[in-house]
Amino acid sequence: MIADGAEDEEKWLAAGAAAFKQNAFYMQRAIDSNNLKDALKYSAQMLGELRTSKLSPHKYYDLYMRAFDELRKLEIFFMEETRRGCSVIELYELVQHAGNILPRLYLLCTAGSVYIKTKEAPAKDILKDLVEMCRGIQHPLRGLFLRSYLAQVSRDKLPDIGSEYEGDADTVTDAVEFVLLNFTEMNKLWVRMQHQVSHDLCCIACESLPFDDPELRLAVGLSGLQGPAREKERRERERSELRDLVGKNLHVLSQLEGVDLDMYRDTVLPRVLEQIVNCRDEIAQIYLVDCIIQVFPDEYHLQTLDVLLGACPQLQPSIDIMTVLSRLMERLSSYAALNVEVLPYFLQVEAFSKLNNAIGKVIEAQEDMPILSAVTLYSSLLKFTLHVHPDRLDYADQVLGSCIKQLSGKGKIDDSRATKEIVTLLSAPLEKYNDVVTALKLTNYPLVMEYLDNETKRIMATVIIRSIMKNNTLIATAEKVEALLELIGGLINDPDESQGVEVDEDDFEEGQNSVARLIHMLYNDDPEEMFKIISILKNHFLTGGPKRLKFTVPPLVVSALKLIRRLPVEGDNPFGKEASVSATKIFQFLNQAIKLGQIPLVLNQLCYSLRFLSLSVGAFCLLQIIEALPNVPSPDLAFRLYLQCAEAANKCDEEPIAYEFFTQAYILYEEEISDSKAQVTALQLIIGTLQRMHVFGVENRDTLTHKAMGYSSKLLKKPDQCRAVYGCSHLFWLEDHEAIQDGERVLLCLKRALKIANSAQQMISTAQGSSTVSVTLFIEMLNKYLYFYEKGIPQITVESVESLIKLIKNEEPMASDPSAESFFASTLRFMEFQKQKGGAIGDRYEEIKV
Amino acid sequence: MVLVLALGDLHVPHRAADLPPKFKSMLVPGKIQHIICTGNLCIKEIHDYLKTICPDLHIVRGEFDEDARYPENKTLTIGQFKLGLCHGHQVIPWGDLDSLAMLQRQLDVDILVTGHTHQFTAYKHEGGVVINPGSATGAYSSINQDVNPSFVLMDIDGLRVVVYVYELIDGEVKVDKIDFKKTSTSNSAP
Repeated sequence: MIADGAEDEEKWLAAGAAAFKQNAFYMQRAIDSNNLKDALKYSAQMLGELRTSKLSPHKYYDLYMRAFDELRKLEIFFMEETRRGCSVIELYELVQHAGNILPRLYLLCTAGSVYIKTKEAPAKDILKDLVEMCRGIQHPLRGLFLRSYLAQVSRDKLPDIGSEYEGDADTVTDAVEFVLLNFTEMNKLWVRMQHQVSHDLCCIACESLPFDDPELRLAVGLSGLQGPAREKERRERERSELRDLVGKNLHVLSQLEGVDLDMYRDTVLPRVLEQIVNCRDEIAQIYLVDCIIQVFPDEYHLQTLDVLLGACPQLQPSIDIMTVLSRLMERLSSYAALNVEVLPYFLQVEAFSKLNNAIGKVIEAQEDMPILSAVTLYSSLLKFTLHVHPDRLDYADQVLGSCIKQLSGKGKIDDSRATKEIVTLLSAPLEKYNDVVTALKLTNYPLVMEYLDNETKRIMATVIIRSIMKNNTLIATAEKVEALLELIGGLINDPDESQGVEVDEDDFEEGQNSVARLIHMLYNDDPEEMFKIISILKNHFLTGGPKRLKFTVPPLVVSALKLIRRLPVEGDNPFGKEASVSATKIFQFLNQAIKLGQIPLVLNQLCYSLRFLSLSVGAFCLLQIIEALPNVPSPDLAFRLYLQCAEAANKCDEEPIAYEFFTQAYILYEEEISDSKAQVTALQLIIGTLQRMHVFGVENRDTLTHKAMGYSSKLLKKPDQCRAVYGCSHLFWLEDHEAIQDGERVLLCLKRALKIANSAQQMISTAQGSSTVSVTLFIEMLNKYLYFYEKGIPQITVESVESLIKLIKNEEPMASDPSAESFFASTLRFMEFQKQKGGAIGDRYEEIKV
Repeated sequence: MVLVLALGDLHVPHRAADLPPKFKSMLVPGKIQHIICTGNLCIKEIHDYLKTICPDLHIVRGEFDEDARYPENKTLTIGQFKLGLCHGHQVIPWGDLDSLAMLQRQLDVDILVTGHTHQFTAYKHEGGVVINPGSATGAYSSINQDVNPSFVLMDIDGLRVVVYVYELIDGEVKVDKIDFKKTSTSNSAP
């Protein structure tokens, strides 16, 4: 049936076109032979085809365009006729003899156009006559096109200022009146289309028509196209296709030289708005208001904001005023952006408060306005004020406040598009100011966030952090840090209710890593303030649950270690021991923080109680109070942090504290680090750190080195044992610390390592495997012997070096292992190199007989 | 001519938020043929970022890297040079040149690149070079007090390598240059 409809229409169009063509042909022939009478006859017959009711607007437009072309020819012919002596007044009478009204009026318009051109009567009189005469056609489609024709032919003949048809003093008013009248009549016809009984064609295939309006397309898609609903949609679609015919008049008005601001404000705008409001038609209202905004200059809008905004609440409650207002604000903001000199006018006319009020009224008037629309409106308003009044933070806050008013009482927003819009809204100030500190001043900002669901809060937190990172914003006070942490709560706390979906593991990690990065941006030069910042961070992270601590504790510890570095050593503290920030206090804090990373703890009382204890006692007491709980997310990390802290304590000459941190690290090593590979690395870190510690007295040092030696010889694999043990040799010989230079024990270590290397070799040879690993171990040992030999340690004798070289040379399989071979070769080359150096070192190497 | 970027010890996000923007604007894709990284990145984002600068990326494992696929040390040959790469926490005492030289002998390389101390150094040593590119983010270190962000660019051309050091000092990038020529015999002895 749909197909039939379309086919029928095609048929009618074809039939109409054929008759049209024929008459056009005869008309042309009459023109060619200067036969005015025939020309009028055939043109009237030709135009008669436009009387059809069988065509859809789309097809009717086709036919109209053909008629338009033909009428151009006729007009030229008329013009020639008048030159040949035919009176234009007569011609104007003559065309009215046509039998049917529609052809008659088309011909009248054409003749009228010529009449104006001859200037035999004032343009305004002829135009007035024409626009009145056109009232004769009340069929919407035919009337619209007829008036459209009138608009077209009169466009260049309006009595505008500067035009050749300019009339007396009120000439502009005449021109404006004419266009306004035509516009009003056209709009009425256009609106009437909505209520018109369908034209004879009952159905038109929707698919055969182009959809210009996406919203309409959506509507068609959703409706299922059944019965009256479908009929209505078809009509609406058809009307949309015709809207530009009506809008054209507004365009003409905007082009008139004589329409200055006064004329616009006093006549044009009120009259157009009056028509728009009174027509009570949604499609017309939304289109025409938008049309006004788009065609007239920004400057006019700014000066007539009251009038334009005042009309908004009077429009039909169901129309999408949001889009219209958003576009108005967009236009105004880009106007302000491009023309800085107009900014004073914005203030002068109080553009912001007017817009704000208008939006409030519109929302009030449209009771069931979806939350999305309201938020979008405020989002546009916020963008507007950020662009136009970047210095008025209070405006921005006001917008957020109004937005909250709309959101309140509605609980969390569950419309995903509205949520997205809120993210846009909240991102706008960040983008504008490139400085989160400014956003932190907006008191309503966190309140808006309250209405977001957890997932969106998380996204918003990420946006905020990204902005901080991008702009390298330092957050310098405890107060601001506190405010910021509230804002990014989505990443710091677990959702209170278990609503929504589980956060994806990768997303979670990414989020936590961004929090970790953020910590480096929270900084103050003043130690007191910095310590406050760190304490605030700790308190917040505590509430975030153990999963997050693995990410947040390490940067927090580093932040604290950096702070320690800036402090004077306790003894020199100019504030004395009662000073609120001291290295000791921070170390206590650190101990807790790391334990947090390792084991969640109850620890808040510590920071306070420790201030009054003396240093060393403080550190010990601390440990007494700490109440360990189970659950270990990342012992490896905690272990490393303890060593870092130990080294920092070493720098501050805090022996007991350093010892305590070391002990903690040892406990973790013994209890938590069980993977053999992890043990190797951990031990390297223990020995490497311990080697650098100078704070320990003999007793503590012995205890710690002794343990490290013990761990070394207990590693799983022999080669690892050997390497760890010869690494320990460095614990007994510190180049620049004479107190720690114990050649005996260096030798002891090396001997023990050698023994392990030997047993490694035996193990391998009994297993009949390759012994290259042990050869490599021997060469490593040789290098270590040389290292200490070169330092002049008396216990490392030339004989021991020589026997080691001999041992390696005797190793059979070395030739089969190129890496061991080249290692040995480069070691020998090194010895030669050192020998060539001469001096004390050269002499020592000279003694070695290879 | 081959450009090799050497950097490491970024410690993101534990100790630094990101690479300094000035470095980022210098490290553009398409100019560098190889990246050698001494480890401690520590997160995947940094790994991915380095990949965008140059896909030929060699990384060894620092003590804070969780990615167990990174090896403890690595050797590679670029032009006429053999390079060795190791984070350096394995070599005790940390940052000790004589001990690093032992690793250089063990790996039998012309250029040894290590990190860990967060202090840029470059020594000519026994006919080879030992380089530490420092920390690209200027990350906190318990070994060094004042860490400036730094990285190293090596221009390898035949038997010659020019080592450029980029260091960010008080917001300004300072460049230093060390020239090194390999005597073709130095590593060919049996």
